[in-house]
Amino acid sequence: MSVTRETLIDFIYDEVRMLGEGRYTEWLDLWLPDGHYWMPLDYQQTDPINQTSLMYEDMFMLKLRVERLNGARTFSQKPKSRCHHVIQRPFVDEMDTEAGRFVTTTFMHYVETRLDEQQLLAVTARHELALVEGRLRIANKRVDIVNCDAAFRNIQLLP
Amino acid sequence: MGRYDSPAALAALVQPHQVHRDIYTDQEVFQQEMKHLFANAWVFVGHESQTPNKGDYFSTHIGTQPVIQVRHSTGDIHVLLNRCPHKGTKIVIDRQGNTGKFFRCPYHAWSFKTDGCLLAIPLKKGYQNTGLEETDSGKGMRSVGDVKNYRGFIFARLADEGMSFEEFFGKSLSSLDNMVDRSPAGRLEVVGPPLRYMHHCNWKMLVENQTDTCHPMVAHESSAGTAVKLYEELGLPEDAPKPPAMEIIAPFMSPYEFFEGMGIRTWPNGHGHTGVNHSIHSDYAAIPGYFEALCESYGEEKAKAILDENRHNTVYFPNIMIKGPIQQLRVFIPIAADRTVVESYIYRLVDAPDELTARTAMYNRMINAPTSIVGHDDLEMYERAQEGLMVDGLEWVNIQRLIEEDEDFEVEAVENGTTERQMRNQFHAWVKFMTMCQKTEAAE
Ligand code: FES
Ligand SMILES: [Fe+2]
Repeated sequence: MSVTRETLIDFIYDEVRMLGEGRYTEWLDLWLPDGHYWMPLDYQQTDPINQTSLMYEDMFMLKLRVERLNGARTFSQKPKSRCHHVIQRPFVDEMDTEAGRFVTTTFMHYVETRLDEQQLLAVTARHELALVEGRLRIANKRVDIVNCDAAFRNIQLLP
Repeated sequence: MGRYDSPAALAALVQPHQVHRDIYTDQEVFQQEMKHLFANAWVFVGHESQTPNKGDYFSTHIGTQPVIQVRHSTGDIHVLLNRCPHKGTKIVIDRQGNTGKFFRCPYHAWSFKTDGCLLAIPLKKGYQNTGLEETDSGKGMRSVGDVKNYRGFIFARLADEGMSFEEFFGKSLSSLDNMVDRSPAGRLEVVGPPLRYMHHCNWKMLVENQTDTCHPMVAHESSAGTAVKLYEELGLPEDAPKPPAMEIIAPFMSPYEFFEGMGIRTWPNGHGHTGVNHSIHSDYAAIPGYFEALCESYGEEKAKAILDENRHNTVYFPNIMIKGPIQQLRVFIPIAADRTVVESYIYRLVDAPDELTARTAMYNRMINAPTSIVGHDDLEMYERAQEGLMVDGLEWVNIQRLIEEDEDFEVEAVENGTTERQMRNQFHAWVKFMTMCQKTEAAE
C-alpha cells in the first residue's frame, strides 16, 4: 500500500466515525500495541508522566475503558452517553513515506451528550501514524482541549 | 426571616443517626454554611510552593469567598480577600502570577502592599478631610482573620476570633506530617495545575464519600472488576509486573472484610481517616533508591515507621481530603447547595525518586479526572442522590451504620473500617461550627 495525503486524511475521518458510532473493537484494532492516548491537563504540557494529565492511557487502560462502557454495572452509562465529532480537513504535518511514519493535526468540535446535558469541546488531535505490514496504524494520539483548565463535567467517551 | 436563621433550627437538622435532606438541598442552609461554618473553621487555601517568590500570588476561594494567597516582601504568606476596598473590583482574576511589590486595582489605580495595607490613591487630595481613614475602605485590602502555614500547607480562618489552629486540628495533623515526612527533605512541592471537576451535588456528599468504605466494590465494580477480569484474561505469570492500572484500580474491588479490617479513626472537630491498619495503598511496589534516601535523612527506624503508615483518606473538616501515601490533596469547593468544584492536586516529594511523582500523577488521572472511569461512577451516585433527595415525605438521610449509644466525638476513637462514625463526627462538628458565633452574638 502506498500512503498518500488522501489516505491519511481518510484514515482520520474513518477513525472519528468509528468513535461516533461506538465501533470500539474496530477502533482498538487501529492501534499499535505500545501506543498511548494522551489528553494533557495543562496548556502546552510537555510531560505526560510526572505531571497530571486528563488521560495518558496504554492499550490495557483503553481496553478497560471500552470494555467498561458495555458492562452491566456501569452505572454512569445507564443510560449511555453519545458523542459526535465535526472535524476540519486534517493537516499532514510530517510525511516520511520511506520510514512509513506520518503526523497529522486535526481541529475538531467534539460533542458529548447524556440525558438532558450536552457538552461541547473544541479540541486539537495530533496523530502519529505508522505503516505496519501494509496497514496504517495509530502509534500515538494526543488530544488537546482548548479550555483544558476549565472545570469539566464527565467526559465519558473519546474525542 | 428565613427558616434557617436561628442556631436552633440549624442544629435540629442533625440527629445522632440521621440528618435532614435540607442540609444538602436547601440554598438557605448553604448560605448559613458560608456565613458560619466556613468562617469559623480553618479552611485550606493552598500550598506555599504555589507562591515561592515575593509578590507571587494564587487566587482561590474559602467557601464562596474569593481570596488571594500572596508571598509578602517579608517572605510570609498572607491571605487577602480578593476585593478592592474602593468599589469592589476583584484585584486579581488570573489563577496565579506575580504582582511585584504591590497590588494595583485596574479600575482607579488604588494600590496596596502585599500585606493589604493601602499604599497610594491617585489624586489623593480629593479625599482630604473626608474622613476616608476612618472607613473600612481607607484601611486597604482586608485580610482573613488568621493564617497558618503548617509545614507548607496554608490554612485560614475567616472569622477574626475563634478556635486556634492547634485546637482545631489537634492530633489529626499526624496525617499531614506523614505526607510531608515522606520527603527525604521534609518538603513538598506542588506539581502542575489541579484537575478540576464540576459536580452537580452538595459539597458534603463528596466529603462523606471519602470515608465511605461500603461503596467501592459496588459503585466501582465496572472499572475495578473489569480491570481484574482483563488482567486474568492476559494469563500472565504470577510474578510478572502488573500493569499500573491493576496496581491502582484493582484494590477498589477488595472485599468487605478488607475494608472492615482497615479501620477508621476519628478526631475531634470533624477530622478522621480510613486505613488505620492497612489500606488500598499498602501494596504498591517499592521504588528503588527511595527507602535508602529516607534512611539517610531519618535513620532506618523512623524511615520504616513513616512508610508503615498507609492511611487511605484523611478528611480535614470541612472540605479537604489528603492521601499521605501518594501525596494527593483534594479540595471540595462549594459553589451552591447543588454545585461543587473538586480540585485534585498532587505534590512532589523533594529529594525522592521521580517514579513516586509518576505514580501519584497516574493515580490522580486514573481515579479523579473528569475523564476517569472510576470518578464517573462516584459522580453518578452523588447526582442521583441530589435528585433523589427531592422526594417529599422521606426527608432524612441515614448515617447509623455501627452507631453506638452516646458517642463522644470530642475524643479520638478507632473503629471497624465500615463504620459511619466519621460521617456522624462531621455532622457533630457541622453543628458546632454552624452555631458557634451565633451563640456569642446572641449572648452579647
Ligand atoms: S474599584 Fe479599585 S480603585 Fe476603584
Ligand atoms: Fe468512589
